Amino acid sequence: MSVRSSVAAREATLGAIRSSLSVAADDAERRVAVLKRLYDHESNLVPARAHEETAALIARFVSMLRGQSADVFGVRDISAVPATIAAFLRNANLPARVQHGADPLFDALDWDAAPGIERTQGRAEAETPTGLSRAFAGAAETGTLMMVSGPENPTTLNFLPETHIVIIDRAQIVGSYEDAWAALRTRYGEREMPRTVNFISGPSRTADIEQTLTLGAHGPKRLCVIVTGVEDV
Amino acid sequence: MKPTSLNFKLNARHALDDAQLQRALANVPTGFVGKRAKARAGLPEFDALRDTARDIKNHVLANLDLYLEEFERKVSEAGGVVHWARDAAEARALISDICKEAGAETVTKGKSMVTEEIALNGHLEADGFKVVETDLGEYIIQLRGETPSHIIAPAVHLNKDQVEADFRAAHTDLPDDRPLEETEQLVAEARAMLRAQFVAADVGITGANFLIAETGTTVIVTNEGNGDLTQNLPKTHVVVASLEKIVPTLEDVSTILRVLARSATGQEISTYTTFSSGPKRDADPDGPDAFHVVLLDNGRSKLLGTEFAEVLRCIRCGACINHCPVYHAVGGHAYGWVYPGPIGSVLTPSLIGVEESGTLPNASTFCGRCEAVCPMHIPLPGLMRKWRAREFEQNIPPRAQRMALKLWAFAAKRPWLYRTGARIVMPILAWRGRKTGSFSSLPFAEGWTRHRNLPAPEGKTFQQQWAAKGGAR
Repeated sequence: MSVRSSVAAREATLGAIRSSLSVAADDAERRVAVLKRLYDHESNLVPARAHEETAALIARFVSMLRGQSADVFGVRDISAVPATIAAFLRNANLPARVQHGADPLFDALDWDAAPGIERTQGRAEAETPTGLSRAFAGAAETGTLMMVSGPENPTTLNFLPETHIVIIDRAQIVGSYEDAWAALRTRYGEREMPRTVNFISGPSRTADIEQTLTLGAHGPKRLCVIVTGVEDV
Repeated sequence: MKPTSLNFKLNARHALDDAQLQRALANVPTGFVGKRAKARAGLPEFDALRDTARDIKNHVLANLDLYLEEFERKVSEAGGVVHWARDAAEARALISDICKEAGAETVTKGKSMVTEEIALNGHLEADGFKVVETDLGEYIIQLRGETPSHIIAPAVHLNKDQVEADFRAAHTDLPDDRPLEETEQLVAEARAMLRAQFVAADVGITGANFLIAETGTTVIVTNEGNGDLTQNLPKTHVVVASLEKIVPTLEDVSTILRVLARSATGQEISTYTTFSSGPKRDADPDGPDAFHVVLLDNGRSKLLGTEFAEVLRCIRCGACINHCPVYHAVGGHAYGWVYPGPIGSVLTPSLIGVEESGTLPNASTFCGRCEAVCPMHIPLPGLMRKWRAREFEQNIPPRAQRMALKLWAFAAKRPWLYRTGARIVMPILAWRGRKTGSFSSLPFAEGWTRHRNLPAPEGKTFQQQWAAKGGAR
């Protein structure tokens, strides 16, 4: 990489900060406090609404998402997912086509139950009509899906297609963002992240013209969330 | 951009006489204010979270050097590059070099106020790059050759019919007779026009709402999804962020996110919050090959440890702007630089100097709503007052104004003189205004009475009434 800022700019900036704060670079006490905070990553105040029991959290997750203009469906068994997708696309008058990543979940689904659905695998392209992804977690407090990048669920599927369908199991629904981060650290390790983590809480929107809320600004016009392992929601 | 803040009074007069602008500004108090109040009422912990958010940022500012070092180390570990820029010129040169190295023709941009601060677009265009703003509001004002008039709603000074006219003038390939009166039609047209740009772009530039030291992660918060298309499709992603955007951990960013959207748009959370760490990984089928973070100082390090350091807690939610009666009256462009409203009135003198912007801390009624709604508890009126004092100390205000202030101070420091003066003047004004209850013109008060009547006093001074009601001295 040839583009580099001068070391001088770095040293001058850090020096200016230390000079303004009247601190030294080799202040061990401060350094220990900073590292402790980073490695302990303790939770601050978490709203009580994130501490409810499971059924209430799932109900909140669903109602928050609906309040943010998402379509949410519940299916008792994962085998019902293909038919739910087919029905959603049909009812919305959309092409019977989905594109998904390499997550083994998708091939394991019984697509024979939804004949006529065409499936392709890979990242989204500009003309991909519908992306299908699996969420990593869901935070009930605001009806927020946590998506992680990777070959299993490429990030472009979340943003390029006009329609985005997301599958999440009830066991992945947690109370707070902090709970979701804890799950992420268990998967990726301390102080490690996938390239991209997306919090998604509804379809794309804008209010940039006269503060009139309009869906489908640049990202998906529709967000369909299918929660597995629950009776009708 | 070249500041015109010293022309605030003239700018404001033009704004008050601009019927289109006044029509558009009417949307501000009706929209944002009620939505924030509702969001706050919906979360019992909201005010406690504000306290915590303030404490997090204070801790960061006291250890900013160390958190920046940790952030830089983690970005490098993830395969990204951190660049340090002391000022706007260094930042612009760095970004331009990155674009050149990428062999870029088209550069897409997510919404970023710090790139406004360094006047990036004009510089990149002068270097031969095609720069496309992708946030709808930013796209509209780019077509018009304007700057944002609000930090989260850049085109809030415009009406639908103006946007329609702009789109008809710019999108000449589309049929002239297409319907374009409705907001949905305008949004759909912008979506279609920008699609091709997202796909064609070689470099995507975004700002950052936060930088996370724990993981070397940059964060953007959006509703449209344009920021994600900007940063995921091109081969190179450049993040431009000022130093104070650092937060320690994922837990800390979670706390501040809970107050950000609720304060800004009144949403429980913005539609998209995106956390980016380095370039794409080996197995990833999408994402950028190169990831750059440009860290901008531009005067911020000098504010640390001063009486103005608290302004560095700002998370750019816009709540102070949305609640400001002065902003409601004149809009954002009158402030004459990048950041309007109460935050602009404190930040602008802090960054470009009070001699370039002394009018701004004076453009406040000190009603206090900005401080009351600030999620980070920044004492905005207090900081404006400190800038007024600095301005006075540096002999910047005109001679007549300084004399008037000195005269007032002389009286205010001598209560008997102040009371005597008030007792003489009040009955005269009350008698003069007895018929209409207000003045449409008054000597020494033309600045007020040009646009509205000045209420006439009732006849007794406040202190007389206070005493009559049995109040203590």
